[in-house]
Amino acid sequence: MARETTASLPTGVSRRTLLAAAGVGLSSSLAGCSSVFAAEDDQVNIAGSSTVFPVTEAIGSAFSEEHPTVNVSISKTGTGGGFGNFFCAGRTDVNNASREIADAEIDQCGNNDITPLEFTVATDALTVVVNPEADWIDCLTVEELREIWRADGAERWSDINEDWPDEELELYGAATTSGTFDYFNEAVLGEDINHKSDYYATERDRTIVQGVQGSEYAMGYFGFSYYSENPDSIKAVSIDDGNGCVEPSTETAMSGEYTPLSRPLFIYVAKESLADSAVRDFARFYMERAATDLVSDVGYVPITEDQRDENLERLEEQVAEVNG
Amino acid sequence: MAADTSEAADSEFGRVSRTKDTAFRLLALAATLVGIVSLAALLANVSVDAVGWLDWDFLTSPPHPDPYEAGFLPALVGSIAIMLLIALITFPLGVGAAIYLEEYAGDGYLTKFIELNIANLAGVPSVVYGLLGLGLFVTLLDLGYGTIFVAAFTVALLILPIVIISAQEAIRSVPDSQRQASYGMGATKWQTIRNVVLPRAMPGIMTGTILALGRAIGETAPLIMIAAPTTVFGVPNSFLSKVSAMPLQIYNWSSYPETEFQYGVVAAGVVTLLVVLLSINSVAILIRNRYQQDGS
Repeated sequence: MARETTASLPTGVSRRTLLAAAGVGLSSSLAGCSSVFAAEDDQVNIAGSSTVFPVTEAIGSAFSEEHPTVNVSISKTGTGGGFGNFFCAGRTDVNNASREIADAEIDQCGNNDITPLEFTVATDALTVVVNPEADWIDCLTVEELREIWRADGAERWSDINEDWPDEELELYGAATTSGTFDYFNEAVLGEDINHKSDYYATERDRTIVQGVQGSEYAMGYFGFSYYSENPDSIKAVSIDDGNGCVEPSTETAMSGEYTPLSRPLFIYVAKESLADSAVRDFARFYMERAATDLVSDVGYVPITEDQRDENLERLEEQVAEVNG
Repeated sequence: MAADTSEAADSEFGRVSRTKDTAFRLLALAATLVGIVSLAALLANVSVDAVGWLDWDFLTSPPHPDPYEAGFLPALVGSIAIMLLIALITFPLGVGAAIYLEEYAGDGYLTKFIELNIANLAGVPSVVYGLLGLGLFVTLLDLGYGTIFVAAFTVALLILPIVIISAQEAIRSVPDSQRQASYGMGATKWQTIRNVVLPRAMPGIMTGTILALGRAIGETAPLIMIAAPTTVFGVPNSFLSKVSAMPLQIYNWSSYPETEFQYGVVAAGVVTLLVVLLSINSVAILIRNRYQQDGS
């Protein structure tokens, strides 16, 4: 009996320590949980286009300096990937988009009770680039561009123009989940013609730059900001839409001369998320800053002040509706 | 006779040759140096690139598209938060499993089967664990994509086999005579484990766990699989916050158009990651040394 009590004494002590430790663990995890629910409001989750990403990153960074407790996250998923897997599935509050939302995506959002609100935030000049060594090319007509990028189109440079080298075209373009792909498809190829499928498709614009730098016979396309950061290592091709060659730049995009490849960039905000004060603040902040140098610094054309006021007005209407 | 033996030696071991002796020594030295030189080259290369970029502002600012304003804070805090949670998850699970396998389980086929499985799990590529995390935590349990919670559990599963195996080794190295002595004094199995086995094995367990954490902090593939965001602003404010981690942020910066990102900012990130990693490893060494002094 005596032995049993002495033997059980240390056991008892350690069991008590164990219980205490378990208690501390449990209460701290409960505390964690309560802060989890309290903090739910301080999240703004964004997915979508890699073209719009730099704009949203610049604005997100400025926003977080003013609102340090809000956790803003941005994923690069491509416009379509963002709508399909994140925004319309109710996982994100905002979607970056380099094209308008498609009907199928509106339906998908509707099935999950999400109302997408469209806001134009910048204008981009989609840029076709070639290697700087490719001295035979400075300008392309839209027809030539279509011949290069359509399915069963040209395979060699000489197929388009006999004076051009008899070398195979190496094409680098946006992946099919990308809004850039969709926009290019619509603007250059039109609805009836399919985009070529044997090209190097990527969501990483950097890969396109590297591909085009690497080969004299390569061609690629992406948002203007990527070209404006690498003007020496790749060459932008001017586009002739029937009115002569126009080179891509923020000026020609803003004046509307650079057709058909200048395009509006959007963000879509889920109306339901506007009930959340962090998303509301972020959306307001975004609309205000979209008309400033923050946008031109990353290589896009900011919206005009009229557009900004129109955006803000529409936003406030929706905010009032959600909270009213 | 002497001539005979030397001839025999010649035929069996080859001619005595100082040149070969020296050559082989140099060859072995060169083999050793490859590792050290490449590490030194790497460190020197990134350190030189990071000069002027790695400063206090870099460590305390959020990311930004302008390389001169870009910061690392959310990724740094995110990595540390993930790591602490991983430690909380893997330590009890790993040590518990190791104690069961070494002290309680018999030598039957089942135990052998479990141990074989754990050894195999340790070799499964990390991207596969990422898929597991995506399927289990994000889709099935719906804990939200890319949160600290999901990231920590996914990477914890990844390093758990390593923790179990190193804890097993540590427990196995405790001499059986000490256990027998404890039983001889009338101690129960639990008392023996608590008072004899664990204190003796603890330095080994700690070292193994912390080294595994060092591996965890460098993991990128599982985080990409669970859809951790490209960029996060602001410090995570709960376990369900979206989280970015240092290797992920570095990977993302490497795809930015500006060359300042590809060299300066990425290098500053790499140096920060290496410094955190090396501090973790040195903590492991410190803990091991301390426990060893206490034990003796």
